[in-house]
Amino acid sequence: MNMTAQDDGYITADGRKIGPVMMEMKNITLRFGGVKAITDISFDIREGEIRAIIGPNGAGKSSMLNVISGFYVPQEGEVWYKGAKRPPMKPFQVARQGIARTFQNIALFEGMSVLDNVMTGRLNYMKTNMFQQGLWFGKAQREEVENRESVEKIIDFLEIQSIRKTPVSRLPYGLKKRVELARALAAEPTLLLLDEPMAGMNVEEKEDMSRFILDVNDEFGTTIALIEHDMGVVMDLSDRVVVMDYGKKIGDGSPDEVRNNQDVIDAYLGVAHD
Amino acid sequence: MLYREAGDFKTTYTDDNQTFPIKADRVGYYVIMAVAFGVIPFLINDYWASAVLLPFLIYGIAAIGLNILVGYTGQLSLGTGGFMAVGAYATYKLMTAFPDLNMFFVVILAGLITAVVGVLFGLPSLRIKGFYLAVATLAAQFFLVWLFNRVPWFYNYSASGQISAPERTIFGQAVTGAESLPAVAYLFCLVFLVGSAWLARNLTRGSTGRKWMAIRDMDIAAEIIGVDPLRAKLTAFAVSSFFVGISGALFFSVYLGAVEVGEVFGINKSFLVLFMIIIGGLGSIFGSFAGAAFLVLLPVFLKNVLVGTMGWPTDLAAHLEFMIVGALIITFLIVEPHGLAQLWRVTKEKLRLWPFPH
Repeated sequence: MNMTAQDDGYITADGRKIGPVMMEMKNITLRFGGVKAITDISFDIREGEIRAIIGPNGAGKSSMLNVISGFYVPQEGEVWYKGAKRPPMKPFQVARQGIARTFQNIALFEGMSVLDNVMTGRLNYMKTNMFQQGLWFGKAQREEVENRESVEKIIDFLEIQSIRKTPVSRLPYGLKKRVELARALAAEPTLLLLDEPMAGMNVEEKEDMSRFILDVNDEFGTTIALIEHDMGVVMDLSDRVVVMDYGKKIGDGSPDEVRNNQDVIDAYLGVAHD
Repeated sequence: MLYREAGDFKTTYTDDNQTFPIKADRVGYYVIMAVAFGVIPFLINDYWASAVLLPFLIYGIAAIGLNILVGYTGQLSLGTGGFMAVGAYATYKLMTAFPDLNMFFVVILAGLITAVVGVLFGLPSLRIKGFYLAVATLAAQFFLVWLFNRVPWFYNYSASGQISAPERTIFGQAVTGAESLPAVAYLFCLVFLVGSAWLARNLTRGSTGRKWMAIRDMDIAAEIIGVDPLRAKLTAFAVSSFFVGISGALFFSVYLGAVEVGEVFGINKSFLVLFMIIIGGLGSIFGSFAGAAFLVLLPVFLKNVLVGTMGWPTDLAAHLEFMIVGALIITFLIVEPHGLAQLWRVTKEKLRLWPFPH
């Protein structure tokens, strides 16, 4: 596997084709007052790959994801998306560019049913105005049914048919995570950001979630960037890994390269200072 | 057949999206509509119209409006009375400035004017949330009442400072003014209530409603899936104020006929409508009806029982009425904090498998 190589991508060991660079972070620095959360980090995400961001607690991984999804505007550095420099944007504008995400602490709409939650993922595809919706019959109804059909495909895909009409507040943790993934997928994103999709899950739920992540990548060709603490999962799933520590990038490469990187080992296992 | 949703299968998404997915509900709805339009107008008299039906219909519209803002979008508002006043004064100005304009359009226009005012006072909601927003809307309440009290242009420089509705007809029947028949006033308000409920239901079951609810439940997550919070909140303020304005217009022109703003559209009114939706159920159209019915009917019912049946003096009964209504509200909220609508939902769920427990 060749990382630095050609612009048109590479072929993975299991024969998946990875495309050219889709998103590129150039020298990102993010400060909160005097605290530097991210210091001069650059990396890229290629089309169709599963890109992991790992690092110890407080390394700045979530901040990085928040920069990508538009919650934070970095003080320095540029974000390039699909070959163009991205101006500072509000999160909802980023969403309309085809970037969807899930949250570390589940951020579902507790007062709504699973179906309604997943339907919110389709909001960017629903174009009728309020007057048409007020009248309902005709355009609004047609649009509702069309989007319902694509949502039902996602529901089938993630095997949550039986809880379709259940209020989200009643679901157990593992299912909530899956519903959140469904909501992100309903938007048919080109880039999917997952913030600790497996935090707090048991082995079985982790296996399910891993399977879904691989399936999403495989069937929809979705590019995925994920943060995860479970090293086994990260090494198995991802094509390339960025390692962060104290807001700095200390490693970048294939899982094997990262695993053998001395800085990474030091960051995770600690190193004797003398 | 037993009323329940089990066994009522749907084969298309259109069927699944109906307002009343259960067949028994649909039948019930048609029956109620038939009675409301076809039977009650022939039985109605002055007492029923002015004590029960008109207030219920008009408060029902206000409750639907406020529920969209508070229950669906999660923006707490205490400005309902002020916005009703905007509807009332807009109606008055339109009625006196354009005597030939059909009353139906006057009410709609008054609603639209209120919507604009509502958006203006909704602007702070972009920066402040929760109780602080409630205080900001309180400013709207006091400012608007003050405005209508102090600027004589609004009450056409009349000596009393009151506004009173001139007579207007629809299809040759007086709908406002002293000569109006209870049946005509009732039908006029009923049309607006049914229209409002229908519009509100359509908006809340579609993508607009989902945007509102997403903002209510978690605004950060709403933004990340592409909801523009500015637009979502301001449309909620606009739609909500539109309905509240219509109810204020009807309250003034059809129900009371003459209005002194501080008395009728004071802070009490804001609280009354807020209590209606809390008791009825936040985030539910049915809850708006239930809450309005509860708070309109309960005092009338108590008065009839205490004064009519038990023969108590009127003033004593009036005081006791306050206490009983207050106690009932508290009891009720302890038993079911999510309102009458939730009670109904739970019943429905229980019925799904009844008489079997699982």
